[in-house]
Amino acid sequence: MHDLIRVEQLVKIYDLGEVQVPALMGVDLCIAAGEFVAIMGASGSGKSTFMNIIGCLDRPSRGRYFLEEADVSDLTKDDLARIRNEKIGFVFQSFNLLSRTTALENVELPLFYNNTPSRARHQRAMEALSGVGLAGREHHHPSQLSGGQQQRVAIARALVNRPSLILADEPTGNLDTRTSLEIVDLFQRLNQQSRITVILVTHEQDIARYAGRQVIFRDGIVVQDLSFQPRQAADDLTRMPPAVQEAVS
Amino acid sequence: MNFLMTLRIAFKALNRNKMRSGLTMLGIIIGVSAVIAMIAVGSGAKARIQEQIASMGSNLIIVLSGTATSGGMRFGTGSVPTLTVDDAKAIAAELPAIKYAAPVLTGVVQVVSGNQNWSTVAYGTTPEALLIRDWPVVNGRALTQADVDGRASVCLLGQTVADNLFGDMNPVGQTVRIKKFPFTVVGVLALKGQTTWGQDQDDTLYVPLTTSQRLLFGRNFPGMIRSISVQATGAETLKQAEEEITQLLRQRHRLRSDQENDFSVRNLTEAMSTAEESARVMSLLLGAIASIALLVGGIGIMNIMLVSVTERTREIGIRLAVGARERDILYQFLIEALVLSLIGGLIGLVIGVSASQLISHFFKWPTLVSSQALLLSFSFAGGVGIFFGFYPASKAAKLDPIEALRYE
Repeated sequence: MHDLIRVEQLVKIYDLGEVQVPALMGVDLCIAAGEFVAIMGASGSGKSTFMNIIGCLDRPSRGRYFLEEADVSDLTKDDLARIRNEKIGFVFQSFNLLSRTTALENVELPLFYNNTPSRARHQRAMEALSGVGLAGREHHHPSQLSGGQQQRVAIARALVNRPSLILADEPTGNLDTRTSLEIVDLFQRLNQQSRITVILVTHEQDIARYAGRQVIFRDGIVVQDLSFQPRQAADDLTRMPPAVQEAVS
Repeated sequence: MNFLMTLRIAFKALNRNKMRSGLTMLGIIIGVSAVIAMIAVGSGAKARIQEQIASMGSNLIIVLSGTATSGGMRFGTGSVPTLTVDDAKAIAAELPAIKYAAPVLTGVVQVVSGNQNWSTVAYGTTPEALLIRDWPVVNGRALTQADVDGRASVCLLGQTVADNLFGDMNPVGQTVRIKKFPFTVVGVLALKGQTTWGQDQDDTLYVPLTTSQRLLFGRNFPGMIRSISVQATGAETLKQAEEEITQLLRQRHRLRSDQENDFSVRNLTEAMSTAEESARVMSLLLGAIASIALLVGGIGIMNIMLVSVTERTREIGIRLAVGARERDILYQFLIEALVLSLIGGLIGLVIGVSASQLISHFFKWPTLVSSQALLLSFSFAGGVGIFFGFYPASKAAKLDPIEALRYE
């Protein structure tokens, strides 16, 4: 199995004029295709900076970042935009859906930027939505959906361009326990069935234990990198008492 | 991202804030309609002046009998008869820059027909005078050379004179008495309307020069004429014609180089061109003032686009995260500004044209809406949209995706 992500001596220093704030101080890490990795660490540990670089939203100050064996450390902004579009799906804590825009159009958004013809765009967005269990809700606006449903729309959007990597930044931070578990279950199924690499940033141990590998950051370096047998969210869900029906409008 | 999609997004974004979009557009609407209405008023005035120049006869020069000084007393232009019929003939025959020259005798006469009478200005002249003034006869016939040669007692009436003497009756063939002499009316001149200074051009009558010399004005100007109407061959030869006339007449009148002209040459078209020029300047000035409104409208667009970019920082962040390039964002906001200004421009176009029509209808002020003015103001609106939309759009495009995503 090849390395999907390989970083070597990754350094990021924020230049705030007077002072220089180091955020990453030499990170070496390899993540193989098909892994489910939880990135953990306190705030200020450098995990967000690491995620931004992995997500091609930012560039390292020093060191190299190989995505699918290709060096992307020094690409132009436009090239990084293309990689974000084609290879990476983002899921955020606050869902980050466009308000007053239907679920379908939200999911179609990445397809706008690679000029997918409208028929294919529509079809793929519909498939992605039904893949996350939201068939029939295509024309709902985010405000008409529950938090869990909104996060599913976001996941569908992340999946619609068939990326090799999903980057989820605290995806369950705004959700209740049961919904969180459902979202994690969705990630696990995507990872196990579709072999999509999932990198999940969280500070909750409860969530991290569903990943097969935990990488812990502190003060800009990796202090712990452990692999173990993950819990299965699906099993835990069946053990939970049936939840209050999600508000659906 | 292709153009149509971007356009759709722009419409959606503007639709989301109807009130705001409408108010922003209002600036452009007012600007464009003001530009169109003002240019229409200006070009209307210009067109009316041009019409009047045309009604006066184009490329017209008038040579007036001269001034004279007698015992320290100076008399006005035309007070002393110095021009002769031969002068007129010489001008027409010898000068290349001249198309026509017509000798003119003129004076106020009382015209009587039956129990009606009317005082008007009579012109004794040759058939060329009406050609020079480009004045057709609508009823009957014009004066002919035969009338002049035979000293025929015939006359042409202007519309005003015809109306006052004959009312609804057909004047052609009737006899009128001018200074007690009977004249047969052979024709009625076309309606010409008022001059810029409000003089009724139709309050006049024409008789053959020879007849007028013998019967009407002969006593005041024995053998002489009061003025010569001259038409140059073209606008470009006007100046040359003026000089040639002056030279020829000085020569014919045997004036020494230290003597003043005993006649004066007046170029009427030039005076009118000045009026036309001032109308053009007025039109330009009005347009310029109206453009300021359009410019202010543009600043309104810039203002609202800046607000919009700030409000939609997060949306921009999301778009960047899913793969929008800087130029995708730039185009998105630029097209939004452009749509705003072009729709405003279109509405302004409609309002501007209707306003021009209302102005001519209610204030009886001539307006002229030209397609150039429409095109100009519309593209100006588009230009304003692009110009004032560019800064906010580039600000949006330069946002850092990480910070934009974190923006609350």
